[in-house]
Amino acid sequence: MPDVVVIGAGVVGAACAYYAARAGLDVVVVDRGPVAGGTTGAGEGNVLVSDKEPGPELDLALLSNGLWRELAELDGFEFEAKGGLVVAETGEVLEALTGLAGKQGVEHTVVPSGGLGDYEPHLAGGFAGGVFYPQDAQVQPMLAAATLIRRGADRFGRGTLMLRTGVTVAGFLRDGDRIGGVTTDHGDILAGAVVNAAGTWGGEVAAMAGVHVPVLPRRGFILVTEPFDEPLIRHKVYTAAYVTNVASDSEGLETSAVVEGTPSGPVLIGASRERVGFDRTVSVPVLERLARQAVELFPALADRRAIRAYCGFRPYCPDHLPVIGEDPRAPGLHHACGHEGAGIGLAPATGHLIAQTLAGHRPDLDLTPFRPDRFEERR
Amino acid sequence: MKPLYDLAVIGAGPAGVAGALTASFAGLDVVLIDAAPRPGGQYFRHLPQGFNAQAPGALHHGLDGFTRQWETLRARADVLLGHKVWAVERAEGTVTVRCLEGDREERPRTVTARGLLIATGAHDRPLPFPGWDLPGVLTAGGAQALLKGNLVVAGRKVVVAGTGPFLLPVAAGLAEAGADVRGVYEANGRLGLARHPLLAAGKAGEALGYGASLARHRVPYRGRHAVIAAHGEGALTHVTVARLDSAWRPVSTRTVECDTLAYGYGFVPQLELPVQLGCATRADADGSPVVTVDGGLRTSVPGVYAAGESTGVGGAVLAEVEGRIAGRSAAADLGRRVPPLPRLSRRRDRLAAFAKALLEAYPVRPGWQGWLRDDTLVCRCEEVPLSAVREAQDLGAIDARSVKLLARPGMGWCQGRMCGYAVACLAGEDPAAPRRPIAQPIRLGDLAAPTRSPLEG
Amino acid sequence: MNQPYDLVRARPEPEFEISVDGAPVPVIPGQTIGAALHGAGIRSWRTTRIGARPRGLFCGIGVCFDCLVTVNGSPSLRACLTEARPGDRVSTGARAGQVGPGGRAGDGDGTDGGKTVNGR
Repeated sequence: MPDVVVIGAGVVGAACAYYAARAGLDVVVVDRGPVAGGTTGAGEGNVLVSDKEPGPELDLALLSNGLWRELAELDGFEFEAKGGLVVAETGEVLEALTGLAGKQGVEHTVVPSGGLGDYEPHLAGGFAGGVFYPQDAQVQPMLAAATLIRRGADRFGRGTLMLRTGVTVAGFLRDGDRIGGVTTDHGDILAGAVVNAAGTWGGEVAAMAGVHVPVLPRRGFILVTEPFDEPLIRHKVYTAAYVTNVASDSEGLETSAVVEGTPSGPVLIGASRERVGFDRTVSVPVLERLARQAVELFPALADRRAIRAYCGFRPYCPDHLPVIGEDPRAPGLHHACGHEGAGIGLAPATGHLIAQTLAGHRPDLDLTPFRPDRFEERR
Repeated sequence: MKPLYDLAVIGAGPAGVAGALTASFAGLDVVLIDAAPRPGGQYFRHLPQGFNAQAPGALHHGLDGFTRQWETLRARADVLLGHKVWAVERAEGTVTVRCLEGDREERPRTVTARGLLIATGAHDRPLPFPGWDLPGVLTAGGAQALLKGNLVVAGRKVVVAGTGPFLLPVAAGLAEAGADVRGVYEANGRLGLARHPLLAAGKAGEALGYGASLARHRVPYRGRHAVIAAHGEGALTHVTVARLDSAWRPVSTRTVECDTLAYGYGFVPQLELPVQLGCATRADADGSPVVTVDGGLRTSVPGVYAAGESTGVGGAVLAEVEGRIAGRSAAADLGRRVPPLPRLSRRRDRLAAFAKALLEAYPVRPGWQGWLRDDTLVCRCEEVPLSAVREAQDLGAIDARSVKLLARPGMGWCQGRMCGYAVACLAGEDPAAPRRPIAQPIRLGDLAAPTRSPLEG
Repeated sequence: MNQPYDLVRARPEPEFEISVDGAPVPVIPGQTIGAALHGAGIRSWRTTRIGARPRGLFCGIGVCFDCLVTVNGSPSLRACLTEARPGDRVSTGARAGQVGPGGRAGDGDGTDGGKTVNGR
């Protein structure tokens, strides 16, 4: 009998499994699909500290950033400590941006208008300046999830971390009031604890245990260009508007392009945000807006082609914070979901903190802001 | 040009032209759109004017009939050639077709219509094998396009290989045009279909004609043989031909010198547009996804019809019949009086049964996977070798999509059009209907610009 | 080889020339750049970005994207679909997959000296 069953083989589940196995626990990861087949497989691989307001999420992001750098030694998932450049359209925006950077207390360099070209030679002219965040990084998220599971299994013993794909969880096993495993379409799995790392579908998993965790989908489209032989864009580059959009409560469409090159060659143009449920229908106007904003940032992109677009469903909670920790309403059930568009970046810290609570240690961060029952009082 | 047509037809091959003409005769305002500068699709691909060909029919079976329909259609409907469709959308009963006009300028254009007939045909289905990306290795359809569309003979010493009856006209055409065709290697049984009673459906004569042509040029036609490797430094110089067992495992091999290989293992229907619209698909007799249609060629999306290879690979004659049925359905659904024509439906049923028999007689057998080596590229664009696919599976990829996410086959320029079938086979599943929100690459500058209708300059 | 012309009794218009990395290639009006190159015995005109493998026509009908070329500075065009025009300057090799700085569009005159066309 394993100590832990992790539901979800996305990047968050993979990190939970990796750190739990490292802590000496026997772990089974189950996923109804393949590894990284959900939101992880539809992301950009953002590991950002620059877009977070000071507070619990930034604390989580900073912890995670350091852990990603350690994990990068595992190799195999294209970790790039490339840094992020946030550019401001006007002096007023630059002032706000600089003010935020000061409050964040993260490493940054304020870049005057004339210095932007040193960072990004192909950037359009006319920006008032920007802020460079050296800690912003990127990973190939699918490979990251797969690698964490594989290396966890290799390093800590194969029996200790086992991946079971194509296994759908149908319900929970109980030992009195305690959650003591899962029932699946491939038989029951008894375990000391269960981690809900089902991402956008985390609310449904919680409901099977009879608890309410409000995780909802927010659709995001990403445009992918033809591959480039030589990098056109060196860092993650985005406008200050991205920072305000990330935390937005708007129901409607918001786009603010994040543009970046990848080791495989294509440029990714990301980050539309819409609340339309699980609707995959292509929205040409969204693609048009992303293209417009990308070309405004990098006019040289106008002559290059988009060859692909994909969408994913970012799991968000009403207060835009993830749910991390054991559920007092269902002891033995730990949640690790609802990371919205930041799941890749926040995965290692989430996994690390979950492993600490599973092992009975005091977590490095106060989990109160992320506690699963925080939505009860608002209902 | 009109702000709103009754019916937009995408594809100027036999299905699209017949469908557009039928709908036009039934009283609809029709616009026909095709990416190519000339009509015909792949099968009736036309030569450029510049050749002043006095006998273009020598390259095609049944060209005259198609040409008559085309000339009639041109006088009755609007025709937009050289328009690549990159996206279609449907909202409130109106279909918006987004095109790029011109082969290099690519001006964005939009066309709107109440109904849409998708007749986008198919492309070759290549299988990967060692050396398949050497210059000089072409798809059978590519060799055919060079000849029919450009009067260029694909090579001097040519080998034709793969499976299916399409290999015969390709080889015969090359031989007639002066190539030294060193052999036609059919991986299935050479006589696989001859015993089938449906061969009486009218194809026998055509097949006999190609056979006679090959015999006249002393071209050997061998069943249970395949090209399993291509060799050369920088360009093709010879191929390894294997005799196969019934599962396509090589039994014995020999070398054939050639500068060109034209090959194909069936066809892949082009489904990106119906998938964009949410049309339901089904697996055809060979496992390929095709659009699900009713007896009137209606898809699951109201006002959207499909005809020709997109409903199942069946050739030009079936495509034309389906186009006519779809055109009639579109007119009837928009309230035009269209008398029933059961004869047409019976003809379609007969031809479709024949097409299904063909797919069953010329399947792709699993033994081809044994032709690959660890370093054989599965994906040409992203240069993904077989070993990388296997590593992805080892990492937890249990389907084609997750193999793609981890190892990148299908992520490049062609978006899996060339390797999608092979990757699905390697992942142990039938190929899925392609989800490609961008059906043709589009410059970001064009995507960013407000699009114009063809009404505007 | 005039056999295909005889087959359809073609009376082609006079040829014009395009330049491929500076070398002249004849074209019958209406032919694609890809067909003209292939017909001239030029079988590859691009190398891949990972393994530097030579590529030319493969599918021949616009779906495989192996035959990409830069024409008059305009990158990533499918040679098999692009009809040649008199005086076209076609450049091959890395340019087909390479980005030029914004202002360089229009100067594609095949200056990538290191690349050669693998003709026969």
